[in-house]
Amino acid sequence: MGRKVGVEVSIAAADAVGLCDVDVVAAYPITPQTHVVEHLSELCASGSLDAEFVPVESEHSAMSVCCGSAAAGARTFTATSSQGLALMAEIVFIASSMRLPIVMFLANRALSSPLSIWNDHSDTMMVRDSGWIQVFCENGQEVYDAVFHAFRVAEDARVSLPVMINVDGFNLTHVIEPIEFWTKDMTQKYLPEFKPIHRLYPDKVVTMGAFGMPEIYTEAKMAQNDALLKSFPVIKQGWNELADLTGRKYSPVEMYKTEDAETIILGMGSICETATLAVDQMRDQGKKAGLVKLRLWRPLPVDDIKKALAGAKDVLVLDRAVSFGAANAPVTSEIRAIMYHESNRPNIHNVIAGLGGRDVTPDHIIEMLEMALADKTRGYNIFGVRS
Amino acid sequence: MTKPMDQIGWREIDAGAVITEPGNASCYHTGTWRSQKPKYDSNICIRCWRCFVMCPDAAISPNFDKNIFTWNYDYCKGCGICAYECPVDAITMEED
Ligand code: SF4
Ligand code: SF4
Repeated sequence: MGRKVGVEVSIAAADAVGLCDVDVVAAYPITPQTHVVEHLSELCASGSLDAEFVPVESEHSAMSVCCGSAAAGARTFTATSSQGLALMAEIVFIASSMRLPIVMFLANRALSSPLSIWNDHSDTMMVRDSGWIQVFCENGQEVYDAVFHAFRVAEDARVSLPVMINVDGFNLTHVIEPIEFWTKDMTQKYLPEFKPIHRLYPDKVVTMGAFGMPEIYTEAKMAQNDALLKSFPVIKQGWNELADLTGRKYSPVEMYKTEDAETIILGMGSICETATLAVDQMRDQGKKAGLVKLRLWRPLPVDDIKKALAGAKDVLVLDRAVSFGAANAPVTSEIRAIMYHESNRPNIHNVIAGLGGRDVTPDHIIEMLEMALADKTRGYNIFGVRS
Repeated sequence: MTKPMDQIGWREIDAGAVITEPGNASCYHTGTWRSQKPKYDSNICIRCWRCFVMCPDAAISPNFDKNIFTWNYDYCKGCGICAYECPVDAITMEED
């Protein structure tokens, strides 16, 4: 077992990437992702990490380099945030449809305009349908562990898909937390050598990213969707074996005090830690409240969500992005769709909070819940907006 | 030889729609696109090879025994480039 140290989460994540013996890092600096890339460039410059560090001129190039690198069979990492993800979006979709196992650290940040460097989930929701595996983290240790898991799942020949680790900007990237480090031995035990299904190498010629006529595009998309769905057991297996190694157990959907809960809060990312405190407060007051943390956003763990919410009367979904003009915010949309055909479906309430770095406290969450329970319209509510 | 595209089921597609067999574009018959057809007159032809070089679908090939050019209508898509490029108008486009 490794040592436990107080460290900034971004630095720890970069150290984890280094420990995974990454071959290529291609990234462009953007707040609040910078420390991850800076630290990786330091590791490369000092010689402690034998990797190719490509200081590209834009995020579009970063993801393009990553595609080429993964296609050549190299272990590949990038990190970005918000506008950077927007700029690389074109290639983000190509990475997944070409089944290239790239690992991305996404420091979740609001999209412009107004220009905001602070946290929400609008960036990741922009590429929600890109076909990447998307994982959310609640604290520093989870971010650190997620790096090892991401490489392992992405490169597994049964998966061969890119993985996006969602890390709330500043709220997680810039905080100093106690993190238990892995050792080289643990890493080697957990993460096998990357053996790509196909790779660009002259011994066996292949064409990647070819033209697809209407006769074949539908079949290609069906195959891609199937691949993403089939990554689910491999993702779970990765977490189970991580638990054997570290004692920390992760699941696609995690429950907190939900056994007898009448009211359940559901969220993703660092807001769950805040919600845990809100649930504790409500429990102290004798209210039957619980929390469901959605760790795996894509592929969506549909059956696990159904099971987790089955007994509740009311569910409050905390969304951290607006889907302009839509019927629901992104996470609520999915939860309502999943529960619609259930015979004992709960009332599902929607609250959007924490946009562009607006602080959310445990008291706010309690207030949101009261507000949502009183609202019979079950509309599309943005919390704390001044009139 | 791989199957024509419209006979491949989704489970048969290689991961990432990677093409593992070089030259499989020959399974696709661009000749089905054609509305006009090039007509070749070997009496006018001066054997300059210009049509052969310019054809985007490699539908034109030389027949050395007969000293003429021949057209493969499985791949000729009727674009008219050969007719346009021929310096002596030995190729004319006709309704197909
Ligand atoms: S019409 Fe176009 S495709 Fe057909 S032979 Fe001429 S150049 Fe080639
Ligand atoms: S371009 Fe015209 S003249 Fe030249 S080889 Fe072709 S048909 Fe003959």
